[in-house]
Amino acid sequence: MTTETLKTKASVLENLVAVRAMIRRHKRNDVIFAAIGLIALMLGLLTLLTLFIDLVMDGYPRFNLEFFSNFPSRRAANAGLLSAWVGSLLVMAVTFLTAVPMGVAAGLYLEEYAPKNWFSDLIEINVSNLAGVPSIIYGLLALGLFVYGLGLGESILTAGLTLGLLTLPVVIVSTREAIRGIPVAIREAAYAVGATKWQVVKDHVVKYSQGGILTGVIIGMSRAIGETAPIITIGALTFIAFLPPAPITEVAPFINFEWLSSGFTVLPIQMFNWLSRPDHAFHTNAAATGAIIILLTLLMNGTAIYLRYQIRKNIKW
Amino acid sequence: MNTATNMQNQSTALSISPRLAKNVRRNIKERVIELILMLAALSAVFTTFAIVAILLYESLGFFKVVSLVEFFTSTEWTPLFEDAHYGIMPLVSGTLTTSAVALAVAVPVGTIGAIYLSEFASHKVREIVKPMLELLVGVPTIAFGYFALLFITPLLQKVFPELPGFNMLSAGIVMGVMIVPYIASVAEDAMRAVPMSMREGSYAMGATRFQTAIRVVTPAAVSGIVAAYILAISRAVGETMVVAVAAGQQPILTFNPMDGAATITAYIVQVAMGDLPHGSIGYQSIFAAGLVLFALTLGFNIIGHVVRKKFREQY
Repeated sequence: MTTETLKTKASVLENLVAVRAMIRRHKRNDVIFAAIGLIALMLGLLTLLTLFIDLVMDGYPRFNLEFFSNFPSRRAANAGLLSAWVGSLLVMAVTFLTAVPMGVAAGLYLEEYAPKNWFSDLIEINVSNLAGVPSIIYGLLALGLFVYGLGLGESILTAGLTLGLLTLPVVIVSTREAIRGIPVAIREAAYAVGATKWQVVKDHVVKYSQGGILTGVIIGMSRAIGETAPIITIGALTFIAFLPPAPITEVAPFINFEWLSSGFTVLPIQMFNWLSRPDHAFHTNAAATGAIIILLTLLMNGTAIYLRYQIRKNIKW
Repeated sequence: MNTATNMQNQSTALSISPRLAKNVRRNIKERVIELILMLAALSAVFTTFAIVAILLYESLGFFKVVSLVEFFTSTEWTPLFEDAHYGIMPLVSGTLTTSAVALAVAVPVGTIGAIYLSEFASHKVREIVKPMLELLVGVPTIAFGYFALLFITPLLQKVFPELPGFNMLSAGIVMGVMIVPYIASVAEDAMRAVPMSMREGSYAMGATRFQTAIRVVTPAAVSGIVAAYILAISRAVGETMVVAVAAGQQPILTFNPMDGAATITAYIVQVAMGDLPHGSIGYQSIFAAGLVLFALTLGFNIIGHVVRKKFREQY
């Protein structure tokens, strides 16, 4: 063997070692990046966990029955959430009754009826645009249109309608997504036995997509229940130590609508109210309210996500 | 001629069988239902027009008193004071500063998260992580406001003792964490739209996962990722409760995140909390501020959608 070949052999070996080291290094980079990526994603979750624990620890002196059965008061220790949770419940009822029928109907129209033309495009662009409008702008719309334009005042009806408009895009989008999953064959089978369009939509399309629609409705409602900015904008940040008139009465006609025009407060507003006071005793109340709101929205969103998971698992086509 | 067709019509009308009549009723019902559904869909268009109309109408009253030049060039915003100035710039600077801090947090974290989700995570991990991100999006912003004011700010004050109680830094950081899931999911969608063949080509050349992700997938999905950033800016600009609680209430023209300053949204909240008479200049000023906010977010949303659409057509 000449020294030449020996030299090349040595350099090849050296190169091989270098290449192997490089591969090892690159593989290590893969693992390191995967770890960083997972940490990045966990950052948000960690924040949420810290936030929740912080709220519970700050607010735990208020976790008792009186906190739910007392009206707001000037003394932090006596102040409670009664008017806030009743208000939230009533506002949500109005929101539900506006956003769900309108949203589902609009979703059905866009998926099943709308012809492909500029008019349908206009509606679609509007829906996706509305989903990106900041919630406080809805508050300004409500202030100009509902409170003063239509003279509804700072009432439960105004707040419910405002949040209804806000959740409308969520319901529309989830309705459309749920409908899109239904195969055309189902519709064709129904048409083949003589069903009209509406019969197909009502008996098949809506029926098979109701799980998906429900998921969207729950997510929309959970967003509405925590929404603060538009409700402040309509001017609802006031001291409310009374309950709206009961929707159900003991005398005929057993139902009254006076509560719709009543003044009100809701959970996030009450929290903001307490949070913006300089007295630290009220921050305890705010923390307790915050923990309750987070628990509520997490429960609602969790239900929705679980529901969607079940639907995906059980889908038959 | 005319009478002949009339008679013909009459005779067909007379000869309609009950079944055919049912059909006619059915058709009418179908039309009515379609009309009702269409009206519901039109509510979206109506809402958009109502928003624009209300903002323009109330702002018009404002701009009768305040000239556009003063609105855009004055460096003071004191509509409720005796010595009133109407320069929107202090509010815009507050909005942009908090948004910039938020993006400084959300862009790196969100992008890395998106790359991980799209290129590294196993199916199982993705199935667990994505719903958790969704849960984070669902948390009411007022709770994050509490967190920024009473948890992050005291924490930051340990590092920067001179930091005021209301500051844009803590509000921006918390807003950034809120936006991370949003960037991560939009950017991930863009990366997953990159065809598998491009990754396979890269692997065939001996590239690792990391190299493929950084040098092949990310450049191919860059317009979608940029769209995610732009849509995130729009989110940050419109975010209200965190800044209203934690960033401060004074409209000051500053780009220093260590200062406290009001944003457009915080100003609207602040005025709405008070009791302003309908039709006063203070009342109209929140609509003028709202108009600027709406124009800003709409602009960012449109740019974001255009950029995203462009990338979708590539493959």
